[in-house]
Amino acid sequence: MNILVCISNVPDTTSKINFVENDSKFDSNGVQYIINPNDEFGLTKAVWMKESNGANVTVLTVGNLSAEAILRKCLAIGADKAIRIDCEASDAYSVAKEIEAHCQVTSYDVIICGRESIDYNGGLVPGLLAGFLDYNFITNCVNLEINNTKATCAREISGGTEISECEIPLVIGSQKGLVEESDLIIPNMRGIMMARQKPLEVIQAKNIKAKIIDKKFHKPEVKSEVKLVKPDELDKLIDYLENEAKVI
Amino acid sequence: MAVLVYLESEDNKFKKTAYEALSYGKALADKMNVKVSGLVFNCTDSDSLKKYGADKIITINDTDFEEFSSKKYSHALSQVIKSENSSDVILSSSANSKFIGAHLSGIMDTSFVSNVIDLPESINPFVVKRTCFTNKAFSSTEMISDLRIIGVSSNSFGLIENMNDASVETFNVEKVESNQRILKIEKETGSVTIADADVVVSAGRGLKGPENWEMIETLADTLGAATACSKPVSDMGWRPHSEHVGQTGKPVSSNLYIAIGISGAIQHLAGINSSKVKVVINNDPEAPFFKAADYGVVGDAFEVVPALIEKLKAR
Repeated sequence: MNILVCISNVPDTTSKINFVENDSKFDSNGVQYIINPNDEFGLTKAVWMKESNGANVTVLTVGNLSAEAILRKCLAIGADKAIRIDCEASDAYSVAKEIEAHCQVTSYDVIICGRESIDYNGGLVPGLLAGFLDYNFITNCVNLEINNTKATCAREISGGTEISECEIPLVIGSQKGLVEESDLIIPNMRGIMMARQKPLEVIQAKNIKAKIIDKKFHKPEVKSEVKLVKPDELDKLIDYLENEAKVI
Repeated sequence: MAVLVYLESEDNKFKKTAYEALSYGKALADKMNVKVSGLVFNCTDSDSLKKYGADKIITINDTDFEEFSSKKYSHALSQVIKSENSSDVILSSSANSKFIGAHLSGIMDTSFVSNVIDLPESINPFVVKRTCFTNKAFSSTEMISDLRIIGVSSNSFGLIENMNDASVETFNVEKVESNQRILKIEKETGSVTIADADVVVSAGRGLKGPENWEMIETLADTLGAATACSKPVSDMGWRPHSEHVGQTGKPVSSNLYIAIGISGAIQHLAGINSSKVKVVINNDPEAPFFKAADYGVVGDAFEVVPALIEKLKAR
């Protein structure tokens, strides 16, 4: 079985969010990049599937040279092969088109993408890919079992879980629950050494035109100071919520 | 050109987010000077839609759509889009709507902008405002395609009443095959789900143990709220994972978010930031959550929460 895990390079959660070039670009100066957490849950699951069923795990990112550090980390975690499609990632549409072009050449049984990235939060790449390739698609996926050509998936829905089955090929949007945070693999020295020997292929991009452009970023207005209420004056809190905020 | 709104329903009732999506669609249609239609799958409550300004209700009544299937729904939508010559498709931000939005965009070879919080700043070029960086920033985003799919963030636009005597039409959909089938749905017993709740009552490690959640549930019941929890609480198994809200858990976009005994780690704040009003109850005045809150009580949750319940019940 061939598994493709699509990886997005995102600013660490604690990064300061600032913008440059007249507020049209994210300021990456001094920002630490990490594997998008939703992708990392998916990668861990893929490595488990490899250990139990002998799958091949390829990781792929669409990005410039600076994204290779993240791919090496994925190899150290346990992926067999890495691919970088060489271009500046602009929007979800062009990224998904680049990945689709690769999947037309090399076919995969299961494609795993994080349900959304923690930077642009679009949640679009897995759905676009499934639509482009006409593969089955399950997002918010919290469990995945594959038996021969049949996949059984659990999906988090509003107020519960839905269990479904379908044939592969399949695209899933991974999230926490597929594996737990405590299951994430921290690369050991052996993994890091082995990662240096594993192939990292660079593919030329098709340079697909973006369909959306971030024209200008804004930061939220500075929040006004919290209004504190003494524990013995809760009537005041209720009054605020009822008459000032009008939320109860 | 026309605006099409996907109206999500469950148990023959429209979701509140469907009315919000329709309110948005109507306002957008007015701004563009075009008509707005609503698309309904197997729900007979069409009359309730007239209040929110639909010009036309398109219904698909077919047992094939009784179970949710992103593929079947997306293909049906794509047929309606073509037949109506829609330029803009409006969806809510529910789990199923986001699922459809992404899938439909792939099928239609176009793009989707989710987490949209306001009407477009301009129509030509078409620029909408959306949240990004997990609510730490906004982006004015230009959409360059003939078909635009827009996901409206919950509770961002609100409900706008606009009586309109909509016509109702049935659409005969051409079916697509799918080898995907639902085996079962496990619903939680809790009455209000986090995604649909106007008010969310959330608690953290400050509660000291799972045995102390009764007062949280009582407070939630009193307010008609959903219950939620912080990451450590779900990691320790005090509460189910489905209640975990935050960056890697469920996002919350409620009108009121009450955080009890939660310090307010950045990952937690990222997930709940788009809630409108935040109330924090914590005995540590240095808890970072107070910086993100609108109202706060510095005090012992075990005293404040029962007192608050009593006062709310006495209203």
